Amino acid sequence: MERDDIIEYSLDAHHSEEDGRKIRAKIWRVTGLLAIVTAVEVTLGAFWHEWFPEAWHLVKWTFVVLTLVKATYIVMTFMHLGDERRNIRAIILLPYALFILYLIFIAIWESNHVHWSLELFQ
Amino acid sequence: MSGEATKTLSNDVLWGGGRSPFSISYGKMMMWFFLVSDALTFSGLLVAYGFVRHSTTEAWPIGEEVFRALPFLHGSYPLMYVALMTAILIFSSVTMVLAVEAGHRMDKKGVIKWLFLTVLGGAFFVGSQAWEWKHFIHGGGGYIITAEGSKYWVHNETHDTHDPAHAPGFHLVQAETGHYLLGDHELEGEEAMHVWNERVNYVDGANMVRNEYGPPQYANFFFFITGFHGFHVFSGVIINLIVLIMVIQGVFHRRGHYEMVEKAGLYWHFVDLVWVFVFTFFYLL
Repeated sequence: MERDDIIEYSLDAHHSEEDGRKIRAKIWRVTGLLAIVTAVEVTLGAFWHEWFPEAWHLVKWTFVVLTLVKATYIVMTFMHLGDERRNIRAIILLPYALFILYLIFIAIWESNHVHWSLELFQ
Repeated sequence: MSGEATKTLSNDVLWGGGRSPFSISYGKMMMWFFLVSDALTFSGLLVAYGFVRHSTTEAWPIGEEVFRALPFLHGSYPLMYVALMTAILIFSSVTMVLAVEAGHRMDKKGVIKWLFLTVLGGAFFVGSQAWEWKHFIHGGGGYIITAEGSKYWVHNETHDTHDPAHAPGFHLVQAETGHYLLGDHELEGEEAMHVWNERVNYVDGANMVRNEYGPPQYANFFFFITGFHGFHVFSGVIINLIVLIMVIQGVFHRRGHYEMVEKAGLYWHFVDLVWVFVFTFFYLL
């Protein structure tokens, strides 16, 4: 049965062949970048013990930064958030960032205290 | 991007204010809001993992020591299997974005090709995860605790966990604190059998109560986080399959646009995005 209560409309749902070529080139560029970053992460994860046995903190922060780089490319290019208007970008990213930054802060703060109390009473 | 002023939309799709807010369609906006709430759930899980790991006083397992097996192969390949799973998921994300691009050109054949590859990649990922769960639950031989409280890793060639002491190549390795399956003092033959008979506890593999890798919470978080993500991948595969069938039937071609592929794509990329974080915070750190 054909439903007439659903209106399926779309905005910016078409582009030309020429734009398509440009977009595809960009997709493959980002793919290469993501593959390289993942390869670096895995190699570092498997061999940092041998290569930089003293530098765990530096290795750890390298992982976090590389993850954020990957996430940015996935969200901005693959999910096309970079092509949306600035206000929809803000509506999606800012509330999320606000919640999570606070959650990370409070989790680290409280887990430090739990850790100290566990050590104290052991 | 062009603004609302240049859009020609019929009046019945415009919102109360006479325009489409943010120049984004209703469906896509709602998909984004759902993804934000889902992202908060996953962040909550990963932060809870960090909380437990940071507050515990026990030694926490190290990813590259626990996850180093490959199917059909013996030996140690730290993180190779997880890297393979990551690659599969990233490439299925790429095929998805190519399907969306083909949809923008009304290229039905292109959409079918890339969407089919996406479904295939997703199915491969779910299968890989099943193997990893099986391997994680089965474990690498387990450990025993003796009456004096010493811990020994149990090794044998056939990975027999029912009667490991009578399996070929049976030996024990006195455990090194905080390292899975590693130690410097090895016991064989009569000596190993003597220690084996003195055991007060034998832990092998993993379940929700205890596991051979480390604190119980480690396995609990492994099951919950990768399980919750795996369920997302599974539902994503089903959604993509339904959209693929609708594409083949020509539903979206008649509608005049392939936005449904884009919306399913947003969900699929999100699943890939979550895996990027699980990979870093569960396996690498």
